[in-house]
Amino acid sequence: MIRFVYADQLSLFPLLAESMFKDRAAQFKDRLDWQVTVDKHGRELDEYDLLNPLYVIWENAEGRHGGSVRIMPTVGRIMTNEHFLDLTGGVTIRSPLIWECTRFCLAPDAPVGVAAALLAAGVELGLRFGLEQALGVIYARTMPIYRRIGSCPDIIGSRGEGADRISVGLWPIGVEARDAIALKSGIPLSAIARWFDASFPARVVEERLAA
Amino acid sequence: METARLEALLERLQTTKSIDELQVWTHELRDHFGVTHVFYHTATLKSEQVGAFTYSLDWARHYIEHDYRSIDPVVLGAQRRFHPMDWKTLDWSSPQARGMMREALAHGLGNQGWSVPIWGPNGEFALFCANHMTDDASWEAFTRRNAKDILVVAHLMHEQAMRIVNQQTATPTTELSPRERETLTQLSLGQSRAEVADQLQISENTLRAYIDSARHKLGALNVTHAVALALARGIITSAGALPKY
Repeated sequence: MIRFVYADQLSLFPLLAESMFKDRAAQFKDRLDWQVTVDKHGRELDEYDLLNPLYVIWENAEGRHGGSVRIMPTVGRIMTNEHFLDLTGGVTIRSPLIWECTRFCLAPDAPVGVAAALLAAGVELGLRFGLEQALGVIYARTMPIYRRIGSCPDIIGSRGEGADRISVGLWPIGVEARDAIALKSGIPLSAIARWFDASFPARVVEERLAA
Repeated sequence: METARLEALLERLQTTKSIDELQVWTHELRDHFGVTHVFYHTATLKSEQVGAFTYSLDWARHYIEHDYRSIDPVVLGAQRRFHPMDWKTLDWSSPQARGMMREALAHGLGNQGWSVPIWGPNGEFALFCANHMTDDASWEAFTRRNAKDILVVAHLMHEQAMRIVNQQTATPTTELSPRERETLTQLSLGQSRAEVADQLQISENTLRAYIDSARHKLGALNVTHAVALALARGIITSAGALPKY
């Protein structure tokens, strides 16, 4: 299942959090050999993880991380504007209707559907909150995954070659985009809605409802 | 027509020169959305809090006197969060919070709410809320229909409040990048988005992001509005010549 978890709520899901940051180390340090910082516990965290981002996380049956993406609003500090301005045509992307997704990561043993679930959940999140687009930092090796899901981002700009190519791109947020991912991956729309509602549950309080 | 009304409303927002004028403006905004109340508050900035709201001064005084800020689920729930939130998702379980809500209802506030936490580029925090007296189903329909507009308006109201607090209302300081100006200039010539994207050799989604960033910086509601404001302020020229940069 998908969970939407703010950084300051990660302590409620210790195994999920621990395995997410370790899988990030495995992906970004071990497999991609990026210049990322891995702490003594084997977890990869950067400066943006300290700004209380929202994570979209796939939790598998054992309560461990299956895949994740990190979300931040572009009206605040974001990686794209601070490190990749050369890939946006020099435009500082800043709008309450655009949120940034970074550190897209899959666990080494993640089943095929996890990436699709993460994307569909991300679009659902945007739809519920009135967003228009997701801005992403994308590396070449993940492009085939997006292609398979049927949800390729529009690339604004890229640097580097081959497998090291890194890009900034955009995904539209809309009902069509979500439904296309759901249809192609076989995830029921009701499941996507349920993930969202479970993380942002409505509570019933008599006094509040007394109209 | 609703869009045209909101555009006009946002243009008037940019002419407000004091928090008192902002307060008057919130009443127009409330009427536009057709809700019971709207309100905006900052956290403490330069040792004071800024607020503009449509509810009664009685309720404002009562709220401050009882220091409800320290127990209000609307305030507590928005801290360290950046997503818009329905008040139904907040934690109203404490007797103090429920007591406050009862008193709020008695002071004419509605039972439903939608909050937008606002985090400024300098880390400053503010909160915008739409509040209404209605049933759950109607409120959900309203928030689904208006989530985008509320998000835009909340941030533009914050920008204006910051300009007022920093006494910068006389000089609109919109800095657009060359790419953003190019985009708006081409659109001002009546070209379609597809044509402009083609000409600039970018995708339509990229064009949308450029327009949206420019829209936010200009304080506009949508692309037409952004082009109009950029022309009015001389940021782009209608002659079609690209501005020098």
